[in-house]
Amino acid sequence: MDFIIILQNLLNGFGNTVLLFAITLIAALPLGLLIAFGSMSKFIPIKAFCRGLVWVIRGTPLLLQVLLVTLVPFYVFNIGNTEIISFLGIKMKTLLFSYACLAFIINYGCYFSEIIRGAIESVPKGQFEAGKVLGMTKGQIFRKVILFQVIKKSLAPASNEIITLVKDTALASIAGVIELYTSAEHLVNQFIVLTPLLYAAIFYLIFNGVLTLLFAYLEKKMSFYKE
Amino acid sequence: MSFFEVKNIYKSFGNAQILKGINFTLEKGEVVSIIGSSGSGKTTLLRCLNFLEFADMGTINIGGEEIYNAQKNYNDAELRANRLHFGLVFQSFNLFPQYSALKNVQLALDLQTKERLQKQKASKAELKEALAKNMQIATDLLEKVGLGNKIKNYPCELSGGQCQRVAIARALALKPEILCFDEPTSALDPELTGEVLRVIKDLRSAERGMVIVTHEMEFAREVSDKIIFMADGVIEEMGAPEQIFENPTRAKTKSFLKNYVHR
Repeated sequence: MDFIIILQNLLNGFGNTVLLFAITLIAALPLGLLIAFGSMSKFIPIKAFCRGLVWVIRGTPLLLQVLLVTLVPFYVFNIGNTEIISFLGIKMKTLLFSYACLAFIINYGCYFSEIIRGAIESVPKGQFEAGKVLGMTKGQIFRKVILFQVIKKSLAPASNEIITLVKDTALASIAGVIELYTSAEHLVNQFIVLTPLLYAAIFYLIFNGVLTLLFAYLEKKMSFYKE
Repeated sequence: MSFFEVKNIYKSFGNAQILKGINFTLEKGEVVSIIGSSGSGKTTLLRCLNFLEFADMGTINIGGEEIYNAQKNYNDAELRANRLHFGLVFQSFNLFPQYSALKNVQLALDLQTKERLQKQKASKAELKEALAKNMQIATDLLEKVGLGNKIKNYPCELSGGQCQRVAIARALALKPEILCFDEPTSALDPELTGEVLRVIKDLRSAERGMVIVTHEMEFAREVSDKIIFMADGVIEEMGAPEQIFENPTRAKTKSFLKNYVHR
């Protein structure tokens, strides 16, 4: 019986982990592209802002960032969480989850932006020039010529980051999100056994195993050309 | 008045004055080769003609129309339109690696077709027809450069000489009035230069003028109507191939050519 309860709780936690993972990934990739463009901007204030943001976000622990995001409404704007949930008509659980999402999206957006920036800058200048002399617009050059090469170049470093993201979801516990790791920890305290942690490890491993296979597949798909 | 007129082009990078007043003209159907040692400004001149760099001074006219004047500012759309008078074949090909040879040749043409037809609010069927026509144009061009059997191949599957021939077809697809070559064989193994030079020779046509920066003296002599010898940012000597190669008048030309003969 205990096993069933443990499994159920872990699955609930795992659901939150997957959700946080998916939301972060979907939002952080375009945000990363945006920050990458900003960091390469010729307009100095935008460039300085983006580089500064990346410096701060990469230079401080994600755990601290998650905590800060949950504290900002109260300590900066003097609005309590209970007021927010009654105003928005959402559950406290949802609000805390949103805080975690926000912190994760910004954090991973910054990491992705550096991967994307590196990839864009490593595309040979000749590719841009070839597009120009063929009368393409800047947008056409980026979409039709550069983007695919950037995706290919980003794939390996991004997969590394994405696998780290799976494990980093555990840090959302500081915001009060009960994801896989936290639910395992609660079960350890409840049943005074260590096995839930082992099960949690297996969940993480399987998830990352699937991702690893997926990335291997994508890399193979994109290996139809070499530079 | 000539078809293509380059007047008084100056260009510097920081303190280095690269081009110091370049003047030359070219008619449609003519070929001019630019020779000279490295650092003489040949490539910079070509890049200024294609607006990859912007001359600090001078004007460029095509067909009596001024398409560049260093004193004026041009927006992106104007630059794009003016660039289309020119084609450029790069030393390092710069093919798009993720596209087949055919798609490389077709891409810019397709983008233009789409843009034009969208403006005209053309139907999907018309667009499809126009794109099919582009594909035919691209296929024909690849056949013309001797790659009819490689249209589906990616650049990484082709030899350097084949890549450069694809790049030539790509430049031709937009029907430039002035086709420029920036040392088209310098990145190739010696045994592959012949096929590329043969293709360039065959491109001589009344439809276009060609400007070729090259180190292949024999080729330049054979293919050109006019030779420009550049040294230190100026045109040191300009004339018919026989005159430049057999009776150079300037000391710098003589010593440059002597080094080439003795190589």
